[in-house]
Amino acid sequence: MTTPALSLKNLCKSFGPAKIINDVTLDVAKGERHAIIGPNGAGKSTLFNLISGLYTPTSGTVSLNGTLISGVAPYEINRMGLSRSFQVSNIFSNMTVRENVRCGVLHSLGQGYSFWKSVTSSKEVQEKTWEVLEHCSLLDKANTPAALLPYADQRALEIAITIAGGAEVILLDEPTAGMSHSETDRAVELIRKSTEGKTLLIVEHDMGVIFDLADRISVLVYGEIIASAPPSEIRGDPKVREAYLGDEALPEETA
Amino acid sequence: MSDVSQTHASLAPSSAQKFRQRFLPFLVFGAILLLIPMTDPSRTMYALMHQMAIYIVFALAYNMLLGKGGMLSFGHAVYFGFGGYLCMHAMNWIDDGGVWGAFPTFFLPVLGFVGGAVSAVVIGSFSTKRSGTTFAMISLGVAELIFAGAFMFDSLFGGEQGISGDRMNGPEVFGLSMGPQSDIYWFMAFWTILSVIAMYAFTRTPLGRLSEAVRDNPQRVEFIGYNPQRVRWLVFSISGGFAGLAGGMSAVNYEIFTPEALSLIPSGFVLIMAYVGGITYFAGPIMGAVLLTYMSSMMSDFTEAWLLYLGLMFVLIVMYAPRGIAGIVFGFWDGIRGANSAELLRKWSVQLLGCLLMLIGLIILVEVSVRWSNGWGEAFEPFGLHFTHADIVTWIAIFVPIVAGGYVLRLATREKEEMPA
Repeated sequence: MTTPALSLKNLCKSFGPAKIINDVTLDVAKGERHAIIGPNGAGKSTLFNLISGLYTPTSGTVSLNGTLISGVAPYEINRMGLSRSFQVSNIFSNMTVRENVRCGVLHSLGQGYSFWKSVTSSKEVQEKTWEVLEHCSLLDKANTPAALLPYADQRALEIAITIAGGAEVILLDEPTAGMSHSETDRAVELIRKSTEGKTLLIVEHDMGVIFDLADRISVLVYGEIIASAPPSEIRGDPKVREAYLGDEALPEETA
Repeated sequence: MSDVSQTHASLAPSSAQKFRQRFLPFLVFGAILLLIPMTDPSRTMYALMHQMAIYIVFALAYNMLLGKGGMLSFGHAVYFGFGGYLCMHAMNWIDDGGVWGAFPTFFLPVLGFVGGAVSAVVIGSFSTKRSGTTFAMISLGVAELIFAGAFMFDSLFGGEQGISGDRMNGPEVFGLSMGPQSDIYWFMAFWTILSVIAMYAFTRTPLGRLSEAVRDNPQRVEFIGYNPQRVRWLVFSISGGFAGLAGGMSAVNYEIFTPEALSLIPSGFVLIMAYVGGITYFAGPIMGAVLLTYMSSMMSDFTEAWLLYLGLMFVLIVMYAPRGIAGIVFGFWDGIRGANSAELLRKWSVQLLGCLLMLIGLIILVEVSVRWSNGWGEAFEPFGLHFTHADIVTWIAIFVPIVAGGYVLRLATREKEEMPA
């Protein structure tokens, strides 16, 4: 068996007496698109913060391609090939769209902390920046200050910054939250295109998006994973229906 | 793919734009520096310009922190001081001869940079671990600590008399004896233009860009592979270096350094200069440094209340023009070239009129009050007029313009609110 891209073992996180994440064990294979669903307050964002290094686990481990990353600083985890987006747009608001993406590109192309050369001196950086912008359909807004972007474009920029560094494992936290139908379709298309051949872990509330995109779905309820299976099985799982979905119906197979 | 690269090229700034925005201002600045000595400035003018040069470099260095890095420091004069003191000691070592005797005074600011940068590396190693209020408080504490410490180590800081020296030792370079003010002018011009270009170039390096990214959103920086603390530390150290370079220029100019130079007063002054000039613009601190240096040396000849005016200006800029003088200048420039320039010009004239009216009332109020408080029975007599505090006409001359100006300003704002069509 090959090493999973991402492996969580008996992961726990408590804030004081509150157990937010409770004994989560999960393997995400290389190239898999894995979705995490669950009701509000189930701990989905906390789980993301544990994986990406923002929080240190209370106990348990997180491994990236077999390397232990729990307790490692976020910027080091990022350099090891894991990149994440945020639920709330987390961009560099006083810079233009192009500069935002360029910041995301810099480290992966070995620019480091250099202050002895111009940021435009590396052709590679320029080309990669344009490539990402084009990929995310932000080319025509390249010179717009990020703070002035419409909401949907800010979300696209969020994804653009996330994928700019060329990470192999991508974590997306509710990328389509607050979007209209057509905007959601565009975003899903972008996600699908951007994570081609990469490992994706996605938190999402829109069931349509999840069942459309994911190879496997894990259901997180009160900090515990109660089911982890392909979409078709999750749909029929009575435990999932009871615990999470209640009377809210899952989209039925339309065939 | 050719049409794609075409689009990219058209989106990136054209070479003409680049020239206009990135090179032309420096050429104009350089040309002005070259032309100034031809006007045969007086000794006072030279002294004033040299002070401006020192503060231009210091304020720009400070703005690397505040404007570009989002770090509010209340103690940046510490690095200015360390750079300056190192240069004063070096000046005396040059005087003593030996190996140091071969070091030209002209290049002392290099040592200033080293002094400032090394002290900033050491102090920054802990102060830049945090940003925001914590950083500001640490900077304040460190400044107080160093200032108090300066009086304990007399051989290093010279106690209250400070350290003095003679700049006219060591080998001459570029044919400058470093004696007369006109020689020092070229020294100042050289280091100012070099620092301005270097600090502008810095904003365009990967680290310069990252510094802006850390200012905007330190958390996100962590998730694009950079350590924001490391970015802050590096920027802080380089900024400290340029502050030290300004200190070196000051050491050569005044040939003396006292512990006052690293106290909170110059630290606060440089903050005000950068802010009044406009911290969101690269040129802002330059404008602030020129204006405030001019005000501090010239206005004190006209009125003893000049500090009050300075404070008022600072408060008003923070409240009503947070982008500073540069924001006003560039806003005006964009406005008159824009589509509805006539409309804007009219609005600005009304606002200007309101401000001027209020200013007239305010100046009379301040000047009369100062004289009243002094108790020498002196009257404020501008343009042959006569104002005393006992005269009712004076109080009319104070409050009528203030009220009228306030009314005009309110009218202008209300008009703006009703205008959107």
